Amino acid sequence: MQRLLRSGDFWSGLVLCALGVYIVTEAQGWSYGGPDGPGPGFFPLWYGVAMIALSLTLVLRTMLARRAPRTVAWPEVRRALACWIVVMIAVASMKLIGFMLSFALLTWFIVAIMFHRSHALALVLGIGGALVFQGVFDMALGVSLPLGFGL
Amino acid sequence: MEILHSLLDGFGVALQPINLAWCFVGVFLGTVIGVLPGLGPPATIAMLLPLTFHMNPAGAMIMLAGIYYGAKYGGSTTSILLNVPGESASVVTCLDGYQMARKGRAGPALGIAAIASFIAGTFGVVGLMLVAPPLAKMSLAFSSPEYFALMVLGLAMVVLLSGSSLVKALLAMLVGLWIATMGTDLFSATSRFTFGRMELLGGVDFVVVAIGVFAIAEVMSNMEPREGGTMLPVPRGLRNLLPTWQDMKDCRFAFVNGSVLGFLIGVLPGAGSTIASFLSYGVEKAVSRHPERFGNGAIEGVAAPEGANNSETGGALVPLLTLGIPGSGTTAILLAALILWGFKPGPMLIEDSPQLFWGLVASMYIGNVMLLVLNLPLVPAFAQLLKLPPYAMYPLILGVSIVGVYSDSSSVFALVLLAVFGLLGYLMRKLDYPAAPLVLGLVLGKPMELALRQSLMMSQGDLGILTARPISATILAFAAIMLLLPLFRRVNRWRVQAVEQEA
Repeated sequence: MQRLLRSGDFWSGLVLCALGVYIVTEAQGWSYGGPDGPGPGFFPLWYGVAMIALSLTLVLRTMLARRAPRTVAWPEVRRALACWIVVMIAVASMKLIGFMLSFALLTWFIVAIMFHRSHALALVLGIGGALVFQGVFDMALGVSLPLGFGL
Repeated sequence: MEILHSLLDGFGVALQPINLAWCFVGVFLGTVIGVLPGLGPPATIAMLLPLTFHMNPAGAMIMLAGIYYGAKYGGSTTSILLNVPGESASVVTCLDGYQMARKGRAGPALGIAAIASFIAGTFGVVGLMLVAPPLAKMSLAFSSPEYFALMVLGLAMVVLLSGSSLVKALLAMLVGLWIATMGTDLFSATSRFTFGRMELLGGVDFVVVAIGVFAIAEVMSNMEPREGGTMLPVPRGLRNLLPTWQDMKDCRFAFVNGSVLGFLIGVLPGAGSTIASFLSYGVEKAVSRHPERFGNGAIEGVAAPEGANNSETGGALVPLLTLGIPGSGTTAILLAALILWGFKPGPMLIEDSPQLFWGLVASMYIGNVMLLVLNLPLVPAFAQLLKLPPYAMYPLILGVSIVGVYSDSSSVFALVLLAVFGLLGYLMRKLDYPAAPLVLGLVLGKPMELALRQSLMMSQGDLGILTARPISATILAFAAIMLLLPLFRRVNRWRVQAVEQEA
């Protein structure tokens, strides 16, 4: 049981089953078909049902498997998730602090924290990279990047 | 004669200075990303896609296609020198390429890889040029049921060959279909799966999903600790890179095998260049008088797979450009690019946009020559890229991804979605869900629903229309066979082996 609870297939199957149930429930609220042909609920209903069936197959197969299910090495995932959280913070704060500052901070985090390089190098790469992006995209290609404070 | 005339017109487009420049940029970038392990063509093309919206579509397509086939040239460099494939299609090149390099024959290995890529790549373009126009004419007879059946077949093939677990590949495809149906239904104006967000009324932008699932997920995967390999010395000087006359003679059959098999595999949706390279390696070994040399530095073991993975490109463009059916993640992104630029990939593309099609074909001839010239003398320079520190590369990839999405949408919501799809792509990798079926489901979801609903409108709701028409019935039967094949143990063992090699 302990092994099963650590299995990625088991949990992903359950999540996808829940998604399938959500899709089918939503699709039932839309017209399935009428005199003009199939309605907006037709296609989602069928792939939702297929999703439930397949995800349950995955869950059952994992439960009934004789071999121990393959587990995810979560310690390896921590670094990747830390990086993702910082990317999320950087993009979410872009309107407020601007592209240059958020990108410089993101670069600093990757260089100094993730790869353990010196803060000086991280700052040089962060500021340099931000300036290059702003210069190439904003000035040369005319892509206006957020300046900060909602601008 | 008509083909030659059209090809000459195509050269008129491809030889325009600006298009020549885009072709060079594409093949150069392709070689660079082919050399760099961990950054593949789908991620690069997805990242650069938003930047092409302001370009001339012919030039943009020439550049993106250049990245696609250029990466296959570059992929062999790390396979031979580092025993690490630059991209999945070059996995099999490691077997003999690295052994040749260890025996001091890195130069001829790199040289034969470039020459085989050039010969087979050119063969693939000839195949594309000869097969695509008649196939497009033939498919003019197709209506909605046939298109629906074709899309089902495309998805079935990709699902079959994308992951070791068929169930997971199917689930990934269904998630792609779900994302494709988000937004306003064009028939009834009903908003579906929008979670009350105005931003989702227009649907989820393909670019956001593709960059998230490929580029952001790639950076996240590379954040995990891993060991690097040791690079063998790179031979300098053109003379040291050229294979001997005996080497060329030994590779005669490998050139033909790689070219023909690569193209044929390429035409089949889902099979892809990795399978093409493995099959041609297997055939080469099977017909060799000295199969025991394979795996110990046989030069044919480099020429055949390298040829096959380049010839496959021409084949893969056949269903994409004539039927609008992509066979892989990369061609799905190219399909999305064509749609975003306002083209209708399908039987009418060659008729309606001859400049785009023939310009692309001509540019591929030119691009292959450029790649041969770039790859032979400049291999030592490209190999230096392997010394680029990852801490400098990943912020660059993230920056291009973020700016690319923002330039397309000017919306922070799209950037948040980008991060969400990045996480989804990463989790899919960790849990062994293949990304290609998701991307294909996303690209084909809308046209598939449209074709199905149009078919059912034609038949007043009778699903029998899909099996009553001979072409759609045949295609659907073929798709069903594809999905039932894994039930046969022997076939499934081969399928899993092929998929695992790709992974």
